[in-house]
Amino acid sequence: MIPAAFDYYRPTDMAGVLALLQQHGDDARVMAGGHSLIPMMKLRMAEVPHLIDLQDVAGLDQISLSAEEITLGAMVTQHTIINHPDLVQAAPILREAALQIADPQVRYMGTIGGNVANGDPGNDMPGLMQCLDAKLTLVGPEGERQVAARDYYEAAYMTDRADDEVLVAITMPVPQGGFAYEKQKRKIGDYATAAAAVQIGKADGKVATASVAMTNLSDVPVWSEAANAALVGTECAPEAVKAAVAAMLGDIDPSEDNRGPVAFKRHVAGVVLTRAINRAWSRA
Amino acid sequence: MNDLTPNREERTANLKGMGCARKRVEDARFTQGQGNYVDDVKLPGMLHGDFVRSPYAHARVKSINKEAALALPGVVAVLTAEDLAPLNLHWMPTLAGDKQMVLADGKVLFQGQEVAFVVANDRYIAADAVELVEVDYEELPVITDPFEALQSDVVLREDLAGQTEGAHGPRKHHNHIFTWEQGDEAATNQVMDSAEVVAEESMYYHRTHPCPLETCGSVASMDKVNGKLTLWGTFQAPHVVRTVAALLSGIEEHNIRVISPDIGGGFGNKVGVYPGYICSIVASIVTGKPVKWVEDRMENLMSTAFARDYWMKGKISATKEGKITGLHCHVTADHGGFDACADPTKFPAGFMNICTGSYDIPVAYLGVDGVYTNKAPGGVSYRCSFRVTEAVYFIERMIEVLAIELDMDAAELRRINFIKKEQFPYTAALGWEYDSGDYHTAWDKALKTVDYEGLRAEQAERVEAFKRGETRKLMGVGLSFFTEIVGAGPVKNCDILGMGMFDSCEIRIHPTGSAIARLGTISQGQGHATTFAQILASEIGISADSITIEEGDTDTAPYGLGTYGSRSTPVAGAATALAGRKIRAKAQMIAAYLLEVHDDDVEFDVDRFVVKGAPERFSTMKDIAYAAYNQAIPGLEPGLEAVSYYDPPNMTYPFGAYVCVMDIDVDTGVPEIRRFYALDDCGTRINPMIIEGQVHGGLTEALAVALGQEIAYDDLGNVKTGTLMDFFLPTAWEVPNYETDFTVTPSPHHPIGAKGVGESPHVGGVPCFSNAVQDAFRAFGLRHTNMPHDHWRIWQTANKLGLHD
Ligand SMILES: Cc1cc2nc3c(=O)[nH]c(=O)nc-3n(C[C@H](O)[C@H](O)[C@H](O)COP(=O)(O)OP(=O)(O)OC[C@H]3O[C@@H](n4cnc5c(N)ncnc54)[C@H](O)[C@@H]3O)c2cc1C
Repeated sequence: MIPAAFDYYRPTDMAGVLALLQQHGDDARVMAGGHSLIPMMKLRMAEVPHLIDLQDVAGLDQISLSAEEITLGAMVTQHTIINHPDLVQAAPILREAALQIADPQVRYMGTIGGNVANGDPGNDMPGLMQCLDAKLTLVGPEGERQVAARDYYEAAYMTDRADDEVLVAITMPVPQGGFAYEKQKRKIGDYATAAAAVQIGKADGKVATASVAMTNLSDVPVWSEAANAALVGTECAPEAVKAAVAAMLGDIDPSEDNRGPVAFKRHVAGVVLTRAINRAWSRA
Repeated sequence: MNDLTPNREERTANLKGMGCARKRVEDARFTQGQGNYVDDVKLPGMLHGDFVRSPYAHARVKSINKEAALALPGVVAVLTAEDLAPLNLHWMPTLAGDKQMVLADGKVLFQGQEVAFVVANDRYIAADAVELVEVDYEELPVITDPFEALQSDVVLREDLAGQTEGAHGPRKHHNHIFTWEQGDEAATNQVMDSAEVVAEESMYYHRTHPCPLETCGSVASMDKVNGKLTLWGTFQAPHVVRTVAALLSGIEEHNIRVISPDIGGGFGNKVGVYPGYICSIVASIVTGKPVKWVEDRMENLMSTAFARDYWMKGKISATKEGKITGLHCHVTADHGGFDACADPTKFPAGFMNICTGSYDIPVAYLGVDGVYTNKAPGGVSYRCSFRVTEAVYFIERMIEVLAIELDMDAAELRRINFIKKEQFPYTAALGWEYDSGDYHTAWDKALKTVDYEGLRAEQAERVEAFKRGETRKLMGVGLSFFTEIVGAGPVKNCDILGMGMFDSCEIRIHPTGSAIARLGTISQGQGHATTFAQILASEIGISADSITIEEGDTDTAPYGLGTYGSRSTPVAGAATALAGRKIRAKAQMIAAYLLEVHDDDVEFDVDRFVVKGAPERFSTMKDIAYAAYNQAIPGLEPGLEAVSYYDPPNMTYPFGAYVCVMDIDVDTGVPEIRRFYALDDCGTRINPMIIEGQVHGGLTEALAVALGQEIAYDDLGNVKTGTLMDFFLPTAWEVPNYETDFTVTPSPHHPIGAKGVGESPHVGGVPCFSNAVQDAFRAFGLRHTNMPHDHWRIWQTANKLGLHD
């Protein structure tokens, strides 16, 4: 568990980061908290001859809140997400999810940007960002562009981000209604056997809006339009929840691993989603 | 005397002797980062070693090309079997009478096997060079199933070709290691054939790993000028390592100094000898510089000694009323590529023959077949005496299965079969003589404390509610009653590589009345520096705070067989008490001289000798210690020292009664431990706080093993659980609150009546957690399902029983 040799850079501004990325191309990578990247380097599954640490880049750890919108800098840590009072009030689902990630030590270092950019199907934030309809702001040599979290993930570790682009911020509408982040894992610090992010808006006793996404049940996060549609307009009674679960089960594609065989994962996915929907509805 | 003179009670308290919940003296050091572990050893000019390991579980090594590695600046040497062969160190003997490759000699037998040893100026260069060593492998068919191994034409151990006789008798097949039989099979079969009730069950006790937080490692330093080799290492038995090193290297034993510094947990993993130790020694001899080797977590899990991997087939017979009449057990033991089990020489399956448990079973038979497969070698006692965890799991499952067969309450079934108090010392059907026990008292206390009947009533209600669809959670009541066999052991039948399993203590009392005691054991977290000082304090009347305990340096400590199998207190603890008594005997003569009375006219009183009948005339141990060094006492040598080597007359047999209450979500397979009650009887209790700590730790490792911890392989022999992401090491989060309790049944043959406790909670805990899971499904027809009970397997059990329909 000793990484191959690498050069370490600590630029203080974005221009410096981009220059290094341009100079070294494929051989360079940015590092945020390092808690996904460094283990991969130690296992020699990732070779990064030029490692660019983002810690000193000014302005990446900002949080801004308005009545409509939340913007999180890419370097905002999971610890900050859990402990930022205004953010917790505006989007309690962020805290509920972040508390399910790893352990306090990892959360002190791990960032939302790293979690979202990484493309690991096990990461919890991507599914949540799809649930919340977040937009990712990427900066590259050609300037800045935005991409929806729902369009960002292509396959495991494959995303819409080009190698020379850096994720700088994540923007999302302030979530409305009831919420739940439900996750089953084997132990503290484990990735999900199945996890569900649910946000439900209520009007006149009925589901007005629903957004449902699941994690680690496919090689990308699964935001299920069919599941959302099954809930909207209903009173979120057991049949509606069942229909939403059935829709989601049609969209996921889990594979067998140490967490269990496919049949188990599909069953647990259904249970976890049912619980998340019910909890979100009860809070709506 | 005045009011300020401490009375007898206060003097006793000041000693902090036996029975005192004294704080661990080690902790100040450990909690402040001041421990000194092998990896903390840094010597001038020290080199670093790292292994090239096999990615394949079974392959021929066709060639090894070192050139690119040697060309990397900073690389000093790359050792292969070819380099070790002239020294005859390319293979090494195992503790089980087999031999093991130090570096791959023509082929590899398990994934992660050591192929070449790279030595470099620093740790990082060594790791880079490992990648540059080119090994040409030819893959061979892989066998990970011992039953398949016994059928297969594939010869795993070509070096043993044609050898029909192994270290433990005849070999039946080229992948067979030994057959070990105990008890009377014909008589057992006869009882089974005519029994009113017979229950049969097959169970697999999965392969797991002790996974100490500190991995294994060593630093070897060969001083070519004075010919001395110093070896620091993660050794649970440093003295044996010295002897083995002398025998293997040809260096005279007085020129070898083995030091076990602080050890970050062992649990059996650090009993054996690993290729890394040998390679660091050879590399130091070759380079003339100190060489450090410390493995990483994956290497530890993948290549060092595993535990368990027993396929157990049982048959238990009884009368209709539930009185057990016989027990039959056959084990197919998967030992991996080499037989490196760490057992006393004459016990190739350890003390598996304690599998009649706590029950009065008139006749029994045990047969064990050891088998080679393409898995890592090992087979150590992970927090238990030799294979006792397997034995206790086996019998505690068989009892449950029999209870199901008889449609009887499992607590009651245990009660009517316990060996009775008046039957001790009790000779079991498989030969062991249990020294003492009072099982009924312990059992009744446990069941009463947890309100056993109330729990069963609640469970019955829960089953009804489940059937009515009102809940998706089932409730399990896990029971276990265990008897351990610890303190190996009597030299007449217990040895390791020919060394009798005695242990030792040497005491020096300093002139000003403090002391140092050295033992042949070595703490890996058990708190020896705390408890052994307490034993001594009570024996010699010097406060535990004034006694230093030292272990682990073979140049200073007396010879001993080390720490594992809960043997330290039963063996070295006894030596400590007896050495203390020698000190006291001499102290008595000195006291009599000082008090000007006859030896017989003084008696020991807590921290002094007093003139019989005149307690105001006394001489404290402090006075006596000083006198030993500054007075010419007629007929006595100066000084106050003693040494004792203790050969235990028997093992000790701690026991306990555990109850676990669990709620299981049948839809997710998630178990929730509501309550865990552990009653331990370890005889005389030296330090209740340390006992409690040991019980918490042992139960936590039991929870781990029962609920998910395994070394799993795929069909190609790849380790699937090689990191702590997949290998379950519980944290505080997963661990329930433990309620601890005790009874005290002193060992009749141990000088202070103590029995050993470090491993009991693991031995008793595993079946208790497992039984809780299985009991939850009893009402729905489950008889037995194998551990580990992780979420998906629990879910699968529920699924097979139709609980998801
Ligand atoms: C023991 C353990 C348990 C864990 N459990 C969980 C869990 O349960 N759920 C979970 O979601 N995560 C878990 N994690 C991962 C943890 O949350 C990581 O910290 C997080 O996934 C990545 O964030 P980071 O800041 O550490 O990113 P890094 O490790 O620094 O980077 C990860 C990847 O993203 C890229 N990257 C980082 N920042 C940017 C950026 N601004 N722009 C472009 N690319 C970028 C890096 O190049 C790298 O490829 C766990 C980690 C550990 C060590």
